[in-house]
Amino acid sequence: MADEKKLFKVTIDNITIEVEPGTSILQAARKIGGDVAPPAMCYYTKLKGSGGKCRTCLVEVASGSTADPRPMPKLVASCRTNVMDGMVVKNITSEKVIDARNGVVEMLLINHPLDCPICDQAGECHLQDLSYEHGKEGTRYEFERRTFKKHDLGPYIQLHMTRCILCYRCVFTADQLTEKRVHGVLDRGDHSEIATYIEKSLENDFIGNIIDVCPVGALTDKTFRFKNRVWFLNPVDAHRDCSHPKCSGKVTLWYRGEEVFRVTARKDQWGEVEDWICNECRFEKKATADWTIEGPTKVNRHSVISQGHYVGVVRPQEALYDVMGGRAPRLLMDIHDVSEVNRPEIDLSKLERPAHSTDFESNGADRPTK
Amino acid sequence: MGSRKLLLEKAHVPGIRGYDVYRREGGYRSVEKALKTMSPDQVTEEVKKSGLRGRGGAGFPTGMKWSFLAKPEGVPRYLVCNADESEPGTFKDRYLMEFLPHLLIEGLIVSSFALGSKSTYIYIRGEYAWIPDILEQAIAEAKNNGWLGKNILGTGFDCEIYVHRGAGAYICGEETALIESLEGKRGNPRIKPPFPAVKGVWDCPTVVNNVETLAAVVPIINEGGEAYSKIGVGKSTGTKLLSACGNINKPGVYEIDMTISVEEFIFSDEYCGGIPNGKRLKACIPGGSSVPILPANLLLKTAKGETRIMNYESLSDGGFAKGSMMGSGGFIVLDEDQCVVRNTLTLARFYRHESCGQCSPCREGTGWMEKILKNIEYGKGKSSDIDLLWDIQRKIEGNTICPLGDAAAWPVAAAIRHFRDEFEWHVANPIASQNRNFGLAHYADPLEVVPA
Repeated sequence: MADEKKLFKVTIDNITIEVEPGTSILQAARKIGGDVAPPAMCYYTKLKGSGGKCRTCLVEVASGSTADPRPMPKLVASCRTNVMDGMVVKNITSEKVIDARNGVVEMLLINHPLDCPICDQAGECHLQDLSYEHGKEGTRYEFERRTFKKHDLGPYIQLHMTRCILCYRCVFTADQLTEKRVHGVLDRGDHSEIATYIEKSLENDFIGNIIDVCPVGALTDKTFRFKNRVWFLNPVDAHRDCSHPKCSGKVTLWYRGEEVFRVTARKDQWGEVEDWICNECRFEKKATADWTIEGPTKVNRHSVISQGHYVGVVRPQEALYDVMGGRAPRLLMDIHDVSEVNRPEIDLSKLERPAHSTDFESNGADRPTK
Repeated sequence: MGSRKLLLEKAHVPGIRGYDVYRREGGYRSVEKALKTMSPDQVTEEVKKSGLRGRGGAGFPTGMKWSFLAKPEGVPRYLVCNADESEPGTFKDRYLMEFLPHLLIEGLIVSSFALGSKSTYIYIRGEYAWIPDILEQAIAEAKNNGWLGKNILGTGFDCEIYVHRGAGAYICGEETALIESLEGKRGNPRIKPPFPAVKGVWDCPTVVNNVETLAAVVPIINEGGEAYSKIGVGKSTGTKLLSACGNINKPGVYEIDMTISVEEFIFSDEYCGGIPNGKRLKACIPGGSSVPILPANLLLKTAKGETRIMNYESLSDGGFAKGSMMGSGGFIVLDEDQCVVRNTLTLARFYRHESCGQCSPCREGTGWMEKILKNIEYGKGKSSDIDLLWDIQRKIEGNTICPLGDAAAWPVAAAIRHFRDEFEWHVANPIASQNRNFGLAHYADPLEVVPA
């Protein structure tokens, strides 16, 4: 073709790919996938203007471009920085990035209530994943955590302001999806909060989507509140002909046994909604008869949701070998050298199914004989 | 010998606030000269030649900033005057606007002409509640006399100036937050790029300049960029307004030509007039609250043993380890009775209160630092707290959207760097620290000169 687009070459953690001009570093890294993709707590592909706030996606730009190979002086937010031709980016291979990211995660957690045991988001919470990957086991914060006056957002949505990380996603969602935004960020600094000005109920046809975009348990589904843990539910893809012109009708139904506990939009591998759905689909249609079932949802194997749900588990792409330039990671210790916790011929991390008692060597007496 | 005054020369002429006296004293000559005899590019060229650097704090060359302004066809361009002077210790713009409002208006007209701005805004902080009236009166007088409005001086150039009151937020002094606020939104800084020179007010190319910077355009046009660049030294050209406060005999706004030493500025009768009650100098924050604090020995002499001069280069000599910054010119002097821990706590409280809360390191980190400093100041600190503070400031600095994070981190970092023993004394002597001060200690002792 005559007007073939020139692609930009960008190297992220030693892996080079070609992307279209105007792609952000984060999107380029997501194309590579795996550990190379920086975490993103506030950026949302579908929401214009989002990103740049949480600072978890900071990366080091070791070389700006082929034309200007100088490194960028500061770490940059990968979600809001576009790639240049010949750019060299360091994410997990940069100590500076890891250090800064640990700092950001610590800051996000110092005022977080850590009430995961009673939080409906637990199991599908991005902050949980993030702190699991980058957080420390203890905290250096010795003060009382921040609390807020409670706000009621109406019959559908439950707000827990103490859990909020102020990503502004729900504000953008309401701005861009609904006719009128009635909630926003009030106040300033560490006491800023998501609320409506003078108690209002959030009832727009599409407002339910703010539950799906919330990366933490700040906005949860009131109709699902305390009903079940997400990892006990089996997600199933389904659709219906929704009469609302803007609603896709493509959803995930969350079953336990025969009962649909909740309905959400479908999410891609980065936890982002694929198609928005209306409040009616989300809150009112909780019977199997309302839906055409497509089949089990593909669940990332790393997700806790996969523990009760073995059909359609997706194995994430392993990028470690590429990152290390083809070298294998050094095996520090083979567990079988020091322990006989499981049968040596079984590699637990490679099982397609959950580990079973027969995989483990106990004292030998009750080991099943074949 | 007093240094040359370019901005405040006529400040004490009775009635200078009004148009008639200002005009009689030679006001609005630069507008006549620029509009009638120069092209916009020539004005920009003069400003470039003058070497004028932004007076708001960062010290970026003004002429260069102007030349970055995108000029697409058919898209309006804007000039915004940043009068949101909220840095603790800085009050030079207030003085200028209150006593010489026409100087700012004159500078704004010339600058608007250079940049092609037909609507120019003065964004003024809400706390300066009485000044918008002064400015609006000056704008009305200028308009009545044909300096503003349509077809100014028959040259075909149209310009209006509007005063916009802020609601009292430090963050709105950051240029992109100021633009958001001017547009009527929440004053959150924008993520850069795009820079305002490309996408500013209402997504149009915009230049945001400090009050003093724009006022300095007047003498530059009157006397020529070259003449202006000969005042001062090196890259610190022209004159700078300093607002001196703290433990000095004569607090106030002074105009200096950036050739005098820090020692002279503090102790000479022409300027601060020394420290009251025979106290000794302990420390100084030379450029507004966010620049690093320096102990007396590093303030008067650089690490190389040279005399420190009141200008951009000399004050930042030695980097952050051994130097500070010119900043916005808020000169805060601390005598031997002042407690650096308490001073740092006051600043940390300010930054916690003023953080916009948009990005996480600043929102959470500023509050954390304040709480730890409060513990140390009130005798509840632990020795590990000092290292923790250092680690927190390190994780805020450079990792935020706007410079407020840096501004919050630097004072804490500098206080720990130079006054660590005072912090340790607070931790080790929780009871004594509640009743007396650490005092001057060794902070004024001459330093061993490290040969360069």
